[in-house]
Amino acid sequence: MEIGLSQYLIVAAILFTIGIFGIFLNRKNIIVILMSVELMLLAVNINLVAFSSFLGNLIGQVFAMFVLTVAAAEAAIGLAILVVYFRNRGNIDVEDVNLMKG
Amino acid sequence: METIKVIDSLHASLDLALPEVIMALGAMALMMYGVFRGEKSFSAVSWGAFGLIVVTGLSVMDLAANDITVRTIGFSGAFVVEPFSIFLKYLILAGSGAAVLMAMDFMKREKLARFEYPVLVVLATLGMMIMVSANDLISLYMGLELQSLALYVLAAFNRDSLRSTESGLKYFVLGAVSSGLLLYGCSLLYGFTGTTNFDALAKVAAGDLSGSAQMGLIFGITFLLAGLAFKISAVPFHMWTPDVYEGSPTPVVAFFAAAPKIAAMGLFIRVTVGLFPVSEGVEQPWQQIVVFVAIASMVLGAFAAIGQTNIKRLMAYSSIGHMGYALVGLSAGTKEGVDGVLLYMLIYLFTVTGVFVCILAMRRKEGMVEHISDLAGMSQNHKIGAFVLSMLFFSLAGIPPLAGFWGKLFVFLPAIQAGYILLVVIGALASVVSAFYYLRIVKIIYFDEPEGAFQPQPMALRLILAVSAIFTLGLTLFLQVPREWTSFAAGSLF
Repeated sequence: MEIGLSQYLIVAAILFTIGIFGIFLNRKNIIVILMSVELMLLAVNINLVAFSSFLGNLIGQVFAMFVLTVAAAEAAIGLAILVVYFRNRGNIDVEDVNLMKG
Repeated sequence: METIKVIDSLHASLDLALPEVIMALGAMALMMYGVFRGEKSFSAVSWGAFGLIVVTGLSVMDLAANDITVRTIGFSGAFVVEPFSIFLKYLILAGSGAAVLMAMDFMKREKLARFEYPVLVVLATLGMMIMVSANDLISLYMGLELQSLALYVLAAFNRDSLRSTESGLKYFVLGAVSSGLLLYGCSLLYGFTGTTNFDALAKVAAGDLSGSAQMGLIFGITFLLAGLAFKISAVPFHMWTPDVYEGSPTPVVAFFAAAPKIAAMGLFIRVTVGLFPVSEGVEQPWQQIVVFVAIASMVLGAFAAIGQTNIKRLMAYSSIGHMGYALVGLSAGTKEGVDGVLLYMLIYLFTVTGVFVCILAMRRKEGMVEHISDLAGMSQNHKIGAFVLSMLFFSLAGIPPLAGFWGKLFVFLPAIQAGYILLVVIGALASVVSAFYYLRIVKIIYFDEPEGAFQPQPMALRLILAVSAIFTLGLTLFLQVPREWTSFAAGSLF
C-alpha cells in the first residue's frame, strides 16, 4: 500500500486523541498528564512535518522546531510546579488535587 | 489610499518592534540585577519594572505618533503594527503597570517579596504584546507561550501555600492542553493552505477551495478558537478560572483578570475577523462558534456566581460572564462590533482593576480576608471606599449611567444590526440575573451589621482606585474620547 499524506495525518490524529484521553481519563498520577501533553505536542509535530514534506515547503519544519523548543520549556516549568506542589501536599495523585472545588 | 505597508529591511522592522525590544532587554537587565542583589532587591526591581513599563508605553506612543495609520508589516510578514495593536498594547501596559504597583505592599506583608514577581510580570507582558502584534501562526504561538509560561509560574507564586501551588498546577495542565489544541489547529490551517502568514491565509481562505480544504480550514479554526477561548476563560474552557482566582495571591489574580484577557481577545479578533472577514449576508463558520461560546459564557457567568461566598471566586465567574458579553460584539463580525469589543475591554480593565484594589484592601489585623460576608457594614467604617466599590459593582452589572452600561450597549447594538436578536435577548436576561449577585454585595456593604474596620491602604492603591473610580463614574461625560479612539483602532482591521 502506498503511504500518503492521509496515513500520516491519521497517525497524528490518533496520537493526539490518546493524549487528550490520557489527560481526562487518567485518575492516578500527574506525571502521566505531563506525558500526555508531550504526546499531543508530538502529534502536532508529525502533522506539521508531514504537511511540510507533502506541500514541499519548509515553514512546517521551522514551526516544528519552535514547537519542540517550547515543549521543552513547558515540561521544565510543569515539573517545577509539580515539585513545589509535592512539597506542600506530600503526594501527586490526581484525585487529591481537590482543595478547591472546580 | 494604501491599506498595507510592508517593511522589507530588518533594520526598519526592528524600529517597528522597538517597544518589544526595549521590554525584552529591560526584563533581562532586571533579572540580572535581582540575581546579583538577592532577595532584598524586591522594591528596586518592582520600581524598575514599573519604569520599564512606562518607557515601553512611551515608545509605543512614539510609534503611534510616527503616523502608523495603516497595517505596517515587518519581519517578513511575521509582525504587524497598526492602530488596533497599538490600542491593545496601551491597555495591556496599563494592566501590567497596575499589577506591579498593587503587588508591592502586599508581597512585602505576606513575605512573598521575591524579585521574580515583577520580572515575570514584565515577561508575560512582553508575550502579550507579541500576541497582539502577531501576523503569523508561528509568532502567535511564540507570543502566547511566552505569556502562558510566565503566568503558570505566577499562579504558583506563593510556593509554600498548598492552594497557590494547586492553582498553578491546574492552570498549567489545562493551559498545556489548550495550547495543544491551538497548535493542532495551527497545523491544520498550515496544511490546508500551505502558509502560516495571516495575509496569505486570508487570501487562500477567500479564494475557491476544494471541499476537503474547506473542511480542513473549519477544523483548523475551530481548534484554534478552542485554544484561545481557554485564554479568555470562555465556556466550555473556563474550568481553571475559579480555582486559579481563588488560590493565587490576590495581586496575581488582579493581573490575570485584565491584561492576559485583553491580549487573548485581541488575538481572537485577529484570527476571526482578520482571517475570515464577514461579507454581507454570508455567515462564516466561526460566527456560530462565537455565538455559542458567548451564550454559554454569559449564562454560566450569571448563574454559577450566585452561590459563591468567596469574593475572588465570584469575580472569576463574573469575568467568565464578561468575556461572553465581549464576544457578543465580535459575533457580528463588523467594524462596529470590533469597536464595541475594544470599548468593552477598556471599560472592563478599569472596572475590574478597581474591584481588585478593593479586594486587596480587605485586610484586618489578623490578615487578609476574602469572604463576601467580611464586607458587611463596610459603609459605616469606610464611607468613600464603600461608595466606590458599590459603584464598581453597579458598573459591572451594567446599570446606567456608569461605564459598564456603555460597554454592554455598544456590544449589543452591532449584534442586533447583524441579526443576532436571540443572542442579545439572552445577554440582556443573563445581565439581569448577574445584577442579582452584584446587588447582593451592595446590600451587604450597606445594610448588614458592621464587622469591624479594615486596615488603611497604601498610597499607590488609593491612586489606582481613584483613577478607576473617576473613569467608571465619569465615562458618560467624556464618552466621545474613547469612542473615537476605539473606532479608529477597529477601523485599521477592515
